[in-house]
Amino acid sequence: MRVDVRKTYKLFIAGGFPRSESGRSYPVADTSGKVVARAAAASRKDLRDAVRAARGAQPGWAGRTGYNRGQILYRIAEMVEDRADTFVSQLRVGGRTRAQARREVERSVDRLVWYAGWGDKFVQVVGNMNPVQGDFFNISTPEPTGVVGIIAPEEPALLGLVSRVAPVIISGNTAVVLASERLPLPAVTFAEALATADVPAGVVNILTGPKDRLIPYLASHRDCNAIDAWGHGWEGLAEIEAAAADSVTRVVRPPRTVDWTNERLAQSPYMIADFVEIKTVWHPKGL
Amino acid sequence: MTTPAPLTLPVLGTHVTPQALRAYLEATPPVDEVAVHERVAALATRSIKRETKRYALDLAVRMTDLTTLEGRDTPGKVRQLAAKARRPDPTDPSIPPVAALCVYPAMVPAAVDALRGSGVKVAAVATYFPSGQAPLEVKLADTRAALAAGADEIDMVIDRGAFLAGDHMKVYEEIVAVREVCGSAHLKVILETGELVTFDNVRKASMLAMAAGADFIKTSTGKVAPAATRPVTLVMLEAIRDFAELTGIGVGMKPAGGIRTAKDAIRYLVLLYETLGSAWMTPDRFRFGASSLLNDLLMQIRWVRTGVYQRPDDFTKD
Repeated sequence: MRVDVRKTYKLFIAGGFPRSESGRSYPVADTSGKVVARAAAASRKDLRDAVRAARGAQPGWAGRTGYNRGQILYRIAEMVEDRADTFVSQLRVGGRTRAQARREVERSVDRLVWYAGWGDKFVQVVGNMNPVQGDFFNISTPEPTGVVGIIAPEEPALLGLVSRVAPVIISGNTAVVLASERLPLPAVTFAEALATADVPAGVVNILTGPKDRLIPYLASHRDCNAIDAWGHGWEGLAEIEAAAADSVTRVVRPPRTVDWTNERLAQSPYMIADFVEIKTVWHPKGL
Repeated sequence: MTTPAPLTLPVLGTHVTPQALRAYLEATPPVDEVAVHERVAALATRSIKRETKRYALDLAVRMTDLTTLEGRDTPGKVRQLAAKARRPDPTDPSIPPVAALCVYPAMVPAAVDALRGSGVKVAAVATYFPSGQAPLEVKLADTRAALAAGADEIDMVIDRGAFLAGDHMKVYEEIVAVREVCGSAHLKVILETGELVTFDNVRKASMLAMAAGADFIKTSTGKVAPAATRPVTLVMLEAIRDFAELTGIGVGMKPAGGIRTAKDAIRYLVLLYETLGSAWMTPDRFRFGASSLLNDLLMQIRWVRTGVYQRPDDFTKD
């Protein structure tokens, strides 16, 4: 008789897959309550390491061309597609039927490809040549805001994660993601897709574990430039905003309700614009 | 192993013979390298709880020799660094000043001027830092110039070439000569352990430097990799302990180069405490030669006080 070789689900920090610094893990149960796996329970020190990795990776990632970031996002889509069966079985843990799970994976791939296309285009849409009185050109261009903390939604575990990570990183931000706590397995597999998709180490860091304990440290972390609260919802948002305000960290509020499957509501170039800073330069005209 | 012959101190007297020096150095027991690494690794896992950590961070700031040793150093940069040495965190007067500012001799006047009345010492690297490959007169002149400009402390380098060639007598005599020039000024002797290759050499060089009158022994110039490591520091701390037992003289220790994080600094303090005890937990007997370490210490202090993770950009670079 052969003993199964089961996968240890770990964190994704700086391009590597460490266990939690705390050594802790927590059970992941399916809808019937049966424990199907144990996932790493990230501690605040793992969060600290992840932010440091994201900060270190940010200038290099932002320094690439938008075109290249688009190519890499497309590559992520390829890697997700390639792991479709794994994602389907992991999404079924959350109660999806096979067909529903398959559809979620397809939507996730499509969303990545959609944002990949914006890589070399959103600057033209968000930036502008502004009309001013006087002998000057006045040009506004978006620049990535820096390190973004993303609170991914509990569900959909894969589509929600992808829908928020893609617009954040396409402009040159790096991300620290708190994955779905109840259904963390697709996030870990997504990390494996990232690791094989030429995404530089540290650009996306994914933590699984107790969100409630991590969020206060993420929100107050002074080296985090923005928090994406789409996956968090409105309950408790005030605390996040209060903690973030001390270091003037931008908090991107969620809409009242989110329909993740709706292409008109859950993907938009303006979601890229939520995580950029507009830089305006004046340039003299004429000779 | 031969039992060390009883020695009187100054260990070797003023008219030391090469034979006496050799006998003294040969009495140094060899270092068990595996044991050193094991002990360092074991002590690195020690958990430092909050109150202790607060104290250690504060102590590490007070023990820092804030250093700039670059060809592009200017009086302006030295003044900037001096301001940081006086008040490491401009927004928080409760953070103590550092121990000293460590600069090249040419920068000593600027440092002295900027630190007057602050209690922060001015340390100058001298003796043809960092190579030490110059005639003795040049080294002594270098030292005299630094002292004349107002340096309180001299960080000298040993002649590693002579040491490795086995000419211990030359190394010894040079340190003695610099010691004489220094007079009451504080003398730190840099062994440049990265070039001494073995722990046995480090230990021998430590014993040699202490016998020649060093107030401090220091690991590295910071110009050679590896610079300070915890294993090499442990070897030197043990040499200091042996020397103290032999002579009753407490020599100080200064690891320098490559110590960048507060966590690492605290691990050095654990080594220090476990090897030499609380009598050495003072800036008079232990220093960190570092530049970027200070910012990490400040960040950690603020983290411990506020519970909020800090941003490196909030702290001045120089």
